[in-house]
Amino acid sequence: MSFDLEFAWRVLPELLSALRLTLVATLGGMSIAAVWGLLWTVLRRARSPLVRGSAAFAVQFVRNTPLLVQLHFLFYVLPEAGLRLAPLACGILGLGLHYSAYLSEVYRAGIEGVPRGQWEAASALGLGRGTTFFRIVLPQAIRPILPALGNHFVGMFKDTPLLAAITVVEVMQRAKIIGSETFRYLEPLTLVAVLFLVLTVVTSRAIHRLEGAHAH
Amino acid sequence: MAALRELLPPLLEGLGVTVQLALGGSAVAVLAALFGGTARLARSRPIRWAAAAYVETFRGTSALVQLFWAYFALPLLGVRLGPMTTGIAVLGLNAGAYGAEVVRGAVRAVPRAQLDAGRSLGLNERQILWRVLFPQALPAMLPPGGNVLIELLKNTALASLITLGELTFQSQVLRAETLRTVEIFTLLLLTYFGLSLVVAQAIGWLERRVRRRGHLEVAR
Repeated sequence: MSFDLEFAWRVLPELLSALRLTLVATLGGMSIAAVWGLLWTVLRRARSPLVRGSAAFAVQFVRNTPLLVQLHFLFYVLPEAGLRLAPLACGILGLGLHYSAYLSEVYRAGIEGVPRGQWEAASALGLGRGTTFFRIVLPQAIRPILPALGNHFVGMFKDTPLLAAITVVEVMQRAKIIGSETFRYLEPLTLVAVLFLVLTVVTSRAIHRLEGAHAH
Repeated sequence: MAALRELLPPLLEGLGVTVQLALGGSAVAVLAALFGGTARLARSRPIRWAAAAYVETFRGTSALVQLFWAYFALPLLGVRLGPMTTGIAVLGLNAGAYGAEVVRGAVRAVPRAQLDAGRSLGLNERQILWRVLFPQALPAMLPPGGNVLIELLKNTALASLITLGELTFQSQVLRAETLRTVEIFTLLLLTYFGLSLVVAQAIGWLERRVRRRGHLEVAR
């Protein structure tokens, strides 16, 4: 069997429409991860050693276990706890949780990169700890970490096919369904690979340019 | 306790498969990373391009898409691999692509004078690579390389989706049989966490060893 271009062309629109769901999941997941990651970072800077330690352990635990298993956990265990979520919502929550652990490290690096003098100056001006963190330090920490945030965005985009395991019909699951209906897996799966490749390469280039622009 | 006795045997069987996948995949990944990373620094343009194409393809598409492509689409082109071979090859090549970037960066960070010194001593290219560049680049490769291997370990869970009976697959079967969802998935998460710690420890041990050997050589 060889690659049938005509067939590939015919299934492309169906795949592109499933790609929309992939993008929704990525944007949703990234929004959650951005906020949740910051929350981890704040907790890891808490005064109480207990809070600091628990937050650090939670981040380590989430980072060192597979996203697929975390998705299964949320999908099967949350309903037992009485929380029923649609598969897509559950998937977005899982992506957000998993990447929040990575983003927490990114935020931390950004915050540690802000000169110590900024804290001291703010304190000399009589600003509180919270005000200093959110109004002085954080705004300066965000710009240098934008490329790293972008890379994790691309990483999350590539992880969205895992949502197929919890019954979300995103672009790869759509390709698999087409394959099982027509017994032609080659064209739809190759198209999905090409779509991912094109989108990640384009996005990565854009991030790289952003990085370059920032350096000057 | 009774529950644990019921759950453990299938999970241990799955653990065996997961470990096999991770070790096999790591072997492929290390080789692919060394080859790919060096090839990206080669003088010949076609070799450089081939290496770049490998790295970009495997880093640019999703690991799960690669697994499915190799498992469902590749047989239609006449290449039929079992789930274990597919898993080891795809997970290994995927991690190898990330590893190749680690190798490339670390080798490039070795001062150029080392290369010139090797040449002036009459070493050939292979000797320069293995005796001069790699040993000096190794300390810089280990921490990020270890992270790549932990990612590979986590990615072994994806092989459950191509019917390979590893840990996650066995847990799914058990969940359907026993409905002890919370226990099974908690145990599963803890197992992966433990495995990651083992990999991290192993890399840390290697790092210390390499550093100590480096000191000895300088002292000599």
